[in-house]
Amino acid sequence: MITYICKRLWQSCILAVIMSLIVFLGMYVVGDPVEMLADEDWTEQDKIELAIELGVDKPLHEQYFSFASDIVKGDFGTSFVYNRPVLDLITERLPATLEIALLAMVIGLGIGIPLGIFSGIKSNSRASKVISFFTTVGYSTPNFWQAIILIMVFAVFLQWLPASGRGLTNSMFGIEWSLLSIDGIRHMVLPAVNLAIYKICMQQRLAKSGTQEILYQEYMVYARAKGISRSRIIRRHLLRNILIPIVTITGLEVGGLIAFSTVTETIFSWPGIGKLLLDSIHMVDRPVVVAYLILITLMFVVINFVVDIMYAFLDPRIRHQK
Amino acid sequence: MIKFKEKFSILGEILKPIFSGHPIAIAGLIGFILFVFIAVFAPWIAPQNPYDLMILDIMDGLLPPLSKLGNGTTAWLGTDALGRDILSTVMYGLRISLFVAFMAVTIGTSIGVLLGLLAALKGGWVESVIMRAVDLKVSFPGILLALMMLAIFGTGVDKIIYALIIGVWASKARLTRSSALSEMKKEYIDAAEISGIPRWRIMLHFLLPNSIAPVLVMVPMSLSGCIGAEATLSFLGVGVPITEPSLGLLIANGNDYLLSGKWWISIFPGTVLVLLVLCINVVADRIREHNNPYLKSQDQQ
Repeated sequence: MITYICKRLWQSCILAVIMSLIVFLGMYVVGDPVEMLADEDWTEQDKIELAIELGVDKPLHEQYFSFASDIVKGDFGTSFVYNRPVLDLITERLPATLEIALLAMVIGLGIGIPLGIFSGIKSNSRASKVISFFTTVGYSTPNFWQAIILIMVFAVFLQWLPASGRGLTNSMFGIEWSLLSIDGIRHMVLPAVNLAIYKICMQQRLAKSGTQEILYQEYMVYARAKGISRSRIIRRHLLRNILIPIVTITGLEVGGLIAFSTVTETIFSWPGIGKLLLDSIHMVDRPVVVAYLILITLMFVVINFVVDIMYAFLDPRIRHQK
Repeated sequence: MIKFKEKFSILGEILKPIFSGHPIAIAGLIGFILFVFIAVFAPWIAPQNPYDLMILDIMDGLLPPLSKLGNGTTAWLGTDALGRDILSTVMYGLRISLFVAFMAVTIGTSIGVLLGLLAALKGGWVESVIMRAVDLKVSFPGILLALMMLAIFGTGVDKIIYALIIGVWASKARLTRSSALSEMKKEYIDAAEISGIPRWRIMLHFLLPNSIAPVLVMVPMSLSGCIGAEATLSFLGVGVPITEPSLGLLIANGNDYLLSGKWWISIFPGTVLVLLVLCINVVADRIREHNNPYLKSQDQQ
């Protein structure tokens, strides 16, 4: 097991280095930061001085090493637009993103899996067909379009819920949370539901096809032949078997939710890291974009690592693989 | 002419077992064909060319559906702020959305299939490099990679196609490799090798046609995925340029007017986008179901 973990850890490090190289080279290809920062009336001498100050006069590999060592030290540079350390900007906004991502995850799993199991068991019933039709429509509708419809219906016509911002936040452990105030929760509903709809639909489909595949396995037939009650078969034999893949995938899904939150946050003006990324892309705030990309890649590398280890714990075949 | 007829009946034979008895899937297929038809012939069937600045009249701006325009024609779906007929912009937008998605899926799938075949055939370091690259890609959500690409390289129709290709190729390479590997165990490949047929010919003439079926099953799903992703990116303002608005960008244009009650500018392109993706997904689901041995055996039980 230890060798397996070490091997995975080593692979994860390589992955992180490759991704940082890609981001670095991408930024290098895009253009000369001196040209972007320089005013029109600058002389050649001014430009060379700025290049020396920024360190872009050195050869490429030296630039990469100083870039990488800054990151390792936790120095992601200073935002052009906000004129503050990028890391502060991101850590400040991260709780807002995690908050809606987690709420969306809870809604998605809590509604999607029961719906999927139900429509898998009774796959020929009318209710199951109606559910499957709605989830097909749900996952065929792009996230941003759902957001627009949600805003139009619940914020504009019915005026039940606010459509933008975070509302009142209360602090816990020195971090501001919307979850801790009624107003904050009211603000969270629409963005979280927006993120969750896609999750509900995907979970329903996964759980449904999982259920249908397991339903005709021999151990299910055997369990029925033994005369075990229906509810017990569902709880002990069916649920456990479809939950294994779903639980392990959930880790990766959190990452996917954070990626998708760029869209949701932008539409609902939710001040998380996704909105920060898009704002920074539009304002060409390069340090923020680079830092976001690097941090999100690191996050994915860590998530992938954890999921691999979890798989190995659950499945001895992977653990003993050469 | 006879040959054409023959090909047509072969197509019918392939489609019949997939679609017969599934009215929703048939409706999806017909809807999709209709959308493709509109997209291809948009310049001929659209009431106006919305990008010809000469014929636009600012006085026609923001008219609701069914209004009469200054030149006497009717704007069935209303007009936008610049006086463009929404029906026409939607037709042209459909054209751009479908073009981008078709290009991305075609190129992405071709690259994926070729890399998958190469990995299966060559083995060794070629295989491990390709498969590690696949792992790398698969561990990140597509939308994030596309945003990354567009953040780095800027926006444009060509750039968004590249960004979508990155999302498409990897799963195809993985699938092609595994199906080619199982195909390579069969005797006809050995026979071909013994007869001295060059390897690239074996790859393209023997392996490719026999291992491509599972990849083709995935293509409709990729297509709808690309349409949705392109619309999302364009809506966010990092996709297609304003001069070539796709459905996503049209929705973004109308989004500012939604709150002031001018719903038609966004709602029509949005509805078309949802219907298009829905049609493709319904067909994709049916094809997948048809090819899933688990579900098929249940049908017979």
